Amino acid sequence: MIALLQRDLRLALRAGGGFGLGLAFFLMVAVLVPLGVGPEGALLSRIAPGILWVGALLACLLSLDRMFALDFEDGALDLMAVSPLPLEGVVAMKALAHWLVTGLPLVVIAPVLGVLLSLPSGGYVWLLASLMLGSPALSLIGGFGAALTVGLKRGGLILSLIVLPMYVPTLIFGAEAVRRGAVGAEAMVPLLLLAAISLGSAAILPFAAAAALRANLK
Amino acid sequence: MSIWEYANPKKFMQTSSWALPWVSGLAVVLLAVGLVWGFFFTPEDYKQGSTVKIIYLHVPSAMMAVSAWFMMLAGSLIWLIRRHHVSALAAKAAAPVGLTFTVIGLVTGAIWGQPMWGTWWAWDPRLTSFLILGLFYLGYIALWAAVEDADTAADLTSVLCIVGSVFAFLSRYAVLFWNQGLHQGASLSVDSEQHVSDIYAFPLWTCIAGFVVLFVTLVLLRTRTEIRSRRIRALMARERAGA
Amino acid sequence: MMPDLGKYAGTVLTAYGAAIALLVVLVAVTLWQGARTKRQLAEIEGRLAKGD
Repeated sequence: MIALLQRDLRLALRAGGGFGLGLAFFLMVAVLVPLGVGPEGALLSRIAPGILWVGALLACLLSLDRMFALDFEDGALDLMAVSPLPLEGVVAMKALAHWLVTGLPLVVIAPVLGVLLSLPSGGYVWLLASLMLGSPALSLIGGFGAALTVGLKRGGLILSLIVLPMYVPTLIFGAEAVRRGAVGAEAMVPLLLLAAISLGSAAILPFAAAAALRANLK
Repeated sequence: MSIWEYANPKKFMQTSSWALPWVSGLAVVLLAVGLVWGFFFTPEDYKQGSTVKIIYLHVPSAMMAVSAWFMMLAGSLIWLIRRHHVSALAAKAAAPVGLTFTVIGLVTGAIWGQPMWGTWWAWDPRLTSFLILGLFYLGYIALWAAVEDADTAADLTSVLCIVGSVFAFLSRYAVLFWNQGLHQGASLSVDSEQHVSDIYAFPLWTCIAGFVVLFVTLVLLRTRTEIRSRRIRALMARERAGA
Repeated sequence: MMPDLGKYAGTVLTAYGAAIALLVVLVAVTLWQGARTKRQLAEIEGRLAKGD
């Protein structure tokens, strides 16, 4: 499993692996929104939590279709399916790799973008905490969506149609935690609920995704 | 005689062709009675005026939009556990019906909300979670349409339906957390003190029964179509193989 | 015959119109697809029966 993780990370970090694409996209969102809604600081600081969370979510979505597609095409996925490693473990490792490559950089860069969007100073801790706790759920849910659509020709479009509605609870709790934190209100409850979603996804979704992969590999 | 006999497509076709005239007739009668009763013979509400009559379409379609998803969930589980094709096809057949009911619920609600709440749309928890339900229907239908192999499609959509149910349920409560709403509580319930009075409730129950039977009719019809098109594909494949 | 709908006549009628139109479209599409598949199946079964 560790070897699989290392291999996936190496592939992603190599040129053309798509690393940084999500980050660039996240940056673009944070730059384009003020250009669209105007430079007014008060307005920006009010909508900053929502923008940052929606941006992170879409940036995450961007690289999902690559999670299984390449291994599916060259047959590596068939090998993994017959290897002694359970497919559930493969899925979990793939989601972890996706999170390390996409989710974690988003968490790191988010405070910088928070400055661009004049996020109130009380919000930064909550922004980091909520993205840290919430982005694993994004990778896991996305992994499930990617497993469902891996064999499809125009999988990317359907992938987003399937995954985005499932992102709703994560988005709501994540943005709500930052919003409450930014105005100094009680933000622990949405944060804990967010953590619950991530843990629940980690417990259940690898099994669902593995079932979907098996159906696709049949 | 067990219920699993209907899992045999042939048996299903026979029974459904016998049942369809009755079910569809019942749907037409119930809907006609309920809607005519509600539209022509109920008084105006003292607050809502005549717009209260929209309830006869709004509440039944909204109820059935949610029920349809539960029926699809049951169909998906039966397919995954017992591999009965009819059950997977019935779930597939129900999805567009559920989506249409969702749209009817949203549209009638918007038209009612415009004079009553002063807005077509509000990000109210009920409204929002209903919109999200509509998105889940869209994803489910799109996945069915996209996968070419029929059994793989049934497997994948079943898994999606089950996981989607969990997330749709989560969304329902996440949205409640996010915003307290404008929407009134349940219109009908057995034990609550505050619900619509009998004069509206009787035609409403008739309409609900009508929508239930209409749903059954449409699902039967669509499942028959799905079974036939499955057979067409099989026969064409055989023809190509033979030629 | 027509009940007096008061000042909300437009609202009520639009809602009924829209909902019934959607239902009619759904029923029509269902029936049309059903008829088309039935015809295709009959045709292909007829062809296969002849070929045997």
